[in-house]
Amino acid sequence: MGNREVVQVRELFTDARLVATRDLRIEARSRVLLNQVAPFALLVLVLFGFALDADQRTLRTFAPGLFWVAVLLAALLAVQRSTSLEHADDAHTGLRLSGMAPSSVFLGKAVAVFVQLIVLETLLTMGIVVLYGSEVDDPVLLVLTAAAAAVAVATTGTLYGALASGLGARETLLPILLLPVLAPVLIGATRSFDDALGAAAVDGWAWLGLLVVFGLVATVLGALAYGAMIED
Amino acid sequence: MADSTTSTGSPGSRILGLTTLLGLAGLLLFAFALTEPDVRLHPTTGEEFGQFDAVRLLYLHVPMAVLTYVAFLTCAVASAGYLLKRGAWWDVTAHASAEVGTVFCGLVLVTGSIWGKPVWNTWWEWGDVRLMTTLVLFLLFTGYLALRRTPAEPQRQARRAAVVALVAVLDIPLINRSVEWWENRTLHQQSTLAELKIEDLTLFTLMLGFVVFGLVFAWLMLHRFRVGWLEQAQADRDMALAIAERHAEMETLDVDAAIGRTGGGK
Amino acid sequence: MTHLGYLLAGWGIALVVLGVYGCGVVRRGRRLAGTVPEGEDRWMTSRGENQGG
Repeated sequence: MGNREVVQVRELFTDARLVATRDLRIEARSRVLLNQVAPFALLVLVLFGFALDADQRTLRTFAPGLFWVAVLLAALLAVQRSTSLEHADDAHTGLRLSGMAPSSVFLGKAVAVFVQLIVLETLLTMGIVVLYGSEVDDPVLLVLTAAAAAVAVATTGTLYGALASGLGARETLLPILLLPVLAPVLIGATRSFDDALGAAAVDGWAWLGLLVVFGLVATVLGALAYGAMIED
Repeated sequence: MADSTTSTGSPGSRILGLTTLLGLAGLLLFAFALTEPDVRLHPTTGEEFGQFDAVRLLYLHVPMAVLTYVAFLTCAVASAGYLLKRGAWWDVTAHASAEVGTVFCGLVLVTGSIWGKPVWNTWWEWGDVRLMTTLVLFLLFTGYLALRRTPAEPQRQARRAAVVALVAVLDIPLINRSVEWWENRTLHQQSTLAELKIEDLTLFTLMLGFVVFGLVFAWLMLHRFRVGWLEQAQADRDMALAIAERHAEMETLDVDAAIGRTGGGK
Repeated sequence: MTHLGYLLAGWGIALVVLGVYGCGVVRRGRRLAGTVPEGEDRWMTSRGENQGG
């Protein structure tokens, strides 16, 4: 790698950090995640409890799947929020005029969503332990799965959020575009959690591999395609 | 027959259409009258088993399934072409193949379900990889078409739709793999084509199915492409008209009054 | 013939849906082709590519 490329790569990450800190700072001030998204996710867990007749054994068996459905639904809100930041006060134009590479903006926004998802997942894990009586068998697998799935959801979500933004009916368009794409993440993360929480005998590590592959593909693709989304 | 300047028909497309209709009639003849039902004898007990006449659904289902994948692949290639070359041709092709592909995909799911009831004794099998992959694919492209129907600036919409199509197609292997691991069994691989006693006439009918539904696909693509082309041409004309109107407005504009008005503003 | 109901349903739904979709496409084409001004060809004329972006 030549000197120029080193400088460019360093710039990419510096800019990404700027965008991520800006998004997270806005979140820290507005507390939309803590005041709205997190309670919503916990509410979903409670609703599942009502729907499944609050039978602890049933809930424990299905806890991994319910957990990840709750994460995906909450992630939709987090992504909507992250995208709408760009439209408030025309921050979008500001970012474009700042001369930052679209890839930096993409990475920065994805990192901010990732951090928020980790917070959500932590809260939801406590939620299923308390409400559903889940027990953690393999904490390492649990943490790695949560992180890998968060990367996959944050990157795909950031790309699709930008994709649906600026179009009519984007609130309804985002779920129908994003959720089918995330089907493998839901399956993979649920199966991996089945192992980590001892809910079913499966090889969670193989599933973790699939999640990592998904996350890598989504990161690269998102960084490449984000420019085409915001250049208009 | 419609006048050639008022429809998407052309001499070529009419010949294609007629051939397709004749082919469909021929296929129905082979599928329902000339081929035998799938009846096999159990080697030890001598009992009859197999798919019986339900096998006749496969002459429709299997070719359509393959053409669904052809359509979505076409859409992905055209989308990549659009992102690289930015030509209207690529965009219209991508949209046309996605729409025709989604119609085919929906029919594959419906006919598969109807075939599954007598043969697998269930309308739906959650553990089947191809079935689940096809369903997710159908949902992905439903989203694509929803995006296409959202009013937006044409170039912006085309670019975004292209990214959605590419992501959808790249997602296929991952969906396939995840469903495959999810349930380690596949009814498809156990009990359809591999196990069928494919004889000359059965094989011929299946091949004829590929050809005939290939023609149906080509005919639909041709007309759907032309519809897309006309839509874009109309959008261009509307745009040109709007620009011309604006120009005419500029020419009759009272400059002093305009300056006075803006000056008197903020 | 066994499974006659399934066969009729499967083939029937597929052919009807394809027919209805095909007619819909043709009808959309007729409506649009009617709006093309005199002297301009329909889909045959090559259009300028890359109109802004």
